[in-house]
Amino acid sequence: MSVTDPHSTATPMPGMASGDSGIADVAESRPLRKDVVKRFVRNPLAMLGLGFIVLLVVVAIFADVIAPYGFKESTEPRVSRAGPGTDHWFGTDTVGYDVFSRVVYGARVSLKIGIVATSLILVLGVLFGAAAGFFGGWIDSFLMRITDIFLAIPYIILAISIATVFGRSENAIIIVLGLTGWLPLARIVRSSFLGLKQLEYVEAATSLGFSRKRIMFGHMLPNALQPVIVYGTVSIGSVILSEAALSFLGVGPQNPTPAWGLMVAEAGAGSLASASHMLFFPAFAIFLTVLSFVFVGDGLRDALDPKLK
Amino acid sequence: MSNDSVTSSDQGAVPSAPPTRRGGEVLLSVRNLHTTFKTDAGPVRAVKNVSFEVRRGEVFAIVGESGSGKSVTAMTILGLVPSPPAIIEGEGIFWKGEDLLRVSPARMRSVRGNEISIIFQDPLTALNPVHTVGRQVAEMARIHEKISKKAAHKRAIEMLGLVGIPQPNKRADMHPHEFSGGMRQRAMIAMAITCNPDLLIADEPTTALDVTVQAQVLDVLLEIKDEIDSAIMLITHDLGVVAGLADHVMVMYAGRQVETGNADEVFYRSRHPYTLGLLASLPRLDDTGVEKLLPIRGAPPSLINIPSGCAFHPRCDFARDNCSVDVPDLRPVDSEHHYAACHYAEELENVDFRAIREGAGT
Amino acid sequence: MPSYIVRRLFLLIPVIFFALSFLFFLFFVLPGDPATLIAGGADRRPDPGVVERAAERYGLNDPVIVQFGSFWKRVLVWDLGQSFINDRSVNDILGEKAPRSVRLAIWATMLEIIVGITVGLVSAIRRYSLSDKLTTLGTAAAAAIPAFVLGFILQYGFAVYPNKHDWPQWTQLKTSRLGPDSWFFFFIPTGDQWRYLILPVITLACVSTALAARMMRGSMLEVIRADYMRTARAKGLSERSIVMRHGLRNALIPVVTLIGIDFGTVIGSAVLTETVFSWPGIGSQIADSVGSRDLPVILGLVLVVVIAYSLINLVVDLSYAWFDPRIRLGQGASS
Repeated sequence: MSVTDPHSTATPMPGMASGDSGIADVAESRPLRKDVVKRFVRNPLAMLGLGFIVLLVVVAIFADVIAPYGFKESTEPRVSRAGPGTDHWFGTDTVGYDVFSRVVYGARVSLKIGIVATSLILVLGVLFGAAAGFFGGWIDSFLMRITDIFLAIPYIILAISIATVFGRSENAIIIVLGLTGWLPLARIVRSSFLGLKQLEYVEAATSLGFSRKRIMFGHMLPNALQPVIVYGTVSIGSVILSEAALSFLGVGPQNPTPAWGLMVAEAGAGSLASASHMLFFPAFAIFLTVLSFVFVGDGLRDALDPKLK
Repeated sequence: MSNDSVTSSDQGAVPSAPPTRRGGEVLLSVRNLHTTFKTDAGPVRAVKNVSFEVRRGEVFAIVGESGSGKSVTAMTILGLVPSPPAIIEGEGIFWKGEDLLRVSPARMRSVRGNEISIIFQDPLTALNPVHTVGRQVAEMARIHEKISKKAAHKRAIEMLGLVGIPQPNKRADMHPHEFSGGMRQRAMIAMAITCNPDLLIADEPTTALDVTVQAQVLDVLLEIKDEIDSAIMLITHDLGVVAGLADHVMVMYAGRQVETGNADEVFYRSRHPYTLGLLASLPRLDDTGVEKLLPIRGAPPSLINIPSGCAFHPRCDFARDNCSVDVPDLRPVDSEHHYAACHYAEELENVDFRAIREGAGT
Repeated sequence: MPSYIVRRLFLLIPVIFFALSFLFFLFFVLPGDPATLIAGGADRRPDPGVVERAAERYGLNDPVIVQFGSFWKRVLVWDLGQSFINDRSVNDILGEKAPRSVRLAIWATMLEIIVGITVGLVSAIRRYSLSDKLTTLGTAAAAAIPAFVLGFILQYGFAVYPNKHDWPQWTQLKTSRLGPDSWFFFFIPTGDQWRYLILPVITLACVSTALAARMMRGSMLEVIRADYMRTARAKGLSERSIVMRHGLRNALIPVVTLIGIDFGTVIGSAVLTETVFSWPGIGSQIADSVGSRDLPVILGLVLVVVIAYSLINLVVDLSYAWFDPRIRLGQGASS
């Protein structure tokens, strides 16, 4: 499911250099919030991505105002499969709905699914990962076995399987993607916690008698947060991509819900010759959205840890 | 060991080059070397106007804290400092008469490992983890000599044995992580001497090792030096390491040489407050445990903001007014090859570091 | 080393067991009434008669335990049942369609490895140059593009558009169906077959190639800064030797793992790609069966995919040990 690889936030290989020996280290190693923001802002691709995402959010919120037609409104007279024109900026689809409006409303669908599913992923992933990493022992082993089992099933297959059974609607997709997407995050959080557990200040806090819950939330979690933030951002893009794929395959929201993937599927290969607009507008919507999240995710990662560039 | 006493340098008078001392032929002559790094925060002058000579068969030690420029000096000699961020200038780095600053890259490659070798501080990271030790040692031979794989492998085993690694034929097929720290460093030494280099540079060879192992590795270095009749340039911050080994010592601070001379002169007749401070800060075996340790006050300067005048003046117990204004020249004190960069070097003549210690103790 | 292999194989068995059982549970137990599912799905109101007949026919009225037992009995003799739709044996379907998907996968993986690693390597060596920045942009875009979007774009660009505008026949690539089923050595296309093969392979390989390239670049950048590279330079090696002999093998370590993990993405992409190009392999079969709720087929194909995926991961893990001697003994560095 990783669109960008979370793997590159993995531990650096042994043999990391002393680099140019003899130079006094001018920069600090832990980034302060201001530095992070500054670095992010200086990254043109990341800012571009962020801009597009903001645009998308605005479009989603104000869809009713922006879209000239409803998403399941048929126009009179019914024009089917018309190319882009003054009446219909993106043309119409087979049933006569305005493609532009459907793409606009589709932003709502995608963002809703993306954000809610990602929230689910974050909660599940952090909870399980923290529990596994912090408590260790049989809880850890048990959780790791479970993730192993689920990881043996390729992601799309798992999503398809669950979606087949759970019905075809937005909410079902949210649940499916949420339930399948938390596994890699749990692993990441777990290894963060495992590493942090060794650190001395955790020992110090324990010996001072802080409750375990306090240690976990107050001390360890803030430090483990960094890869989680990056993962979460990228995950929204991944979820939207997966939702598009599932809709395309027919296991997502059904008509008349304006899911972009569904619109692409309906257009199908047959439309290429005569009505390619039906296909390309929603397709590009998907592509640009996912790409924006990729850029933002990359930008975040570089801003938080520039040395890995 | 050859014993030509060259009484005067045949390379012409150079202001800060110590001209004569007892020893073999001059192998390496560094003249007015500058290595500067361009950074976002400004130019970093890691090596400033450094000149020295290394002769066959001697142990030449460069001593200084982190950031003093000692490692960068060594790296510059071998051309291992990447040149776009760095600017390297100077009259020359003369290796057996050839100026390494101006030779072709191909010639430079043939010097590296073959005529001048270097061993690094941390053998675990300096050796490639995916190749066997034997292969890495043999590679040295295969690069510089026309020699078959089998013959190179034999040579590698021979070298490993030479540095005191037991069962070298088995060990050659192992990977670096299977060796202990001291063994790894010995393997690095073996690799470095495979082609009989005339100069062996050792950059902090013992810093990453346990104290007990340090002595062993240093012994190996000395033995090897005699075996292959080479010179050793020893770079370290540890005066204890220098004391037993060095014939000639150069003390660096903030990129400059501050004192140069033979071991006796620098240790017992030091003429620079920094050297005196370093020596005074060493704990002694006969301390009763009551005396306080005497570190040099303050901290080494950032190479971007070097203090004006004499770079050491903020930390110097003997500093006077002009020390913060005028940069002291490196000039001869008390003998032809003992130099110090201090305005008041003469006044330090009768200052004995033991006395400072005792004085501070009261 | 051999004991490591045996150990991993043993671990594989419970994982597959639980994964397959989970799938069984998912398809035949969870929906409450799979018969309804079969007979028309939960969204529509199926004729109760049809439901009853479906339940009878497929033994769905038996208690769960019995179903579970008979499921495993069948799996172990490799009887995957029959399609609900057309009664064809799942094994037959598998036999017919699997080779086609495997061929796509072989080519896609070769592309991924060769192109991905080379691109990553070159962009790491020429880091910060213009070509590197363009490559980074390109791989980011390639990683983000959904397989079905790319598939349609390629179809349009290479088949529909040239057709519409009457380009010469030889420039046009085929974009659907299989073409003459002639293969040399199982996967090398002969005759006109390659025209049908190119576009699906590119579409399939796109995302994973981009990811591999990005991973390789990142890994190579880390390696370049490593101490042992400086040692290699100090030995007098040429830059090219340093990169190839010392850097490459170290940099490949994380990339190899990625390729294995990524195979899951490839499988997912395969489902989409085969659908877009009407390539009659396992992927499109799964997509069709999902649409028609043909549970035995879905389950059977998924089982095969899971087993194949686990085995491939195992092979990748083992090769990982070959690349990195540090993990060969099962432990990390000794001191």
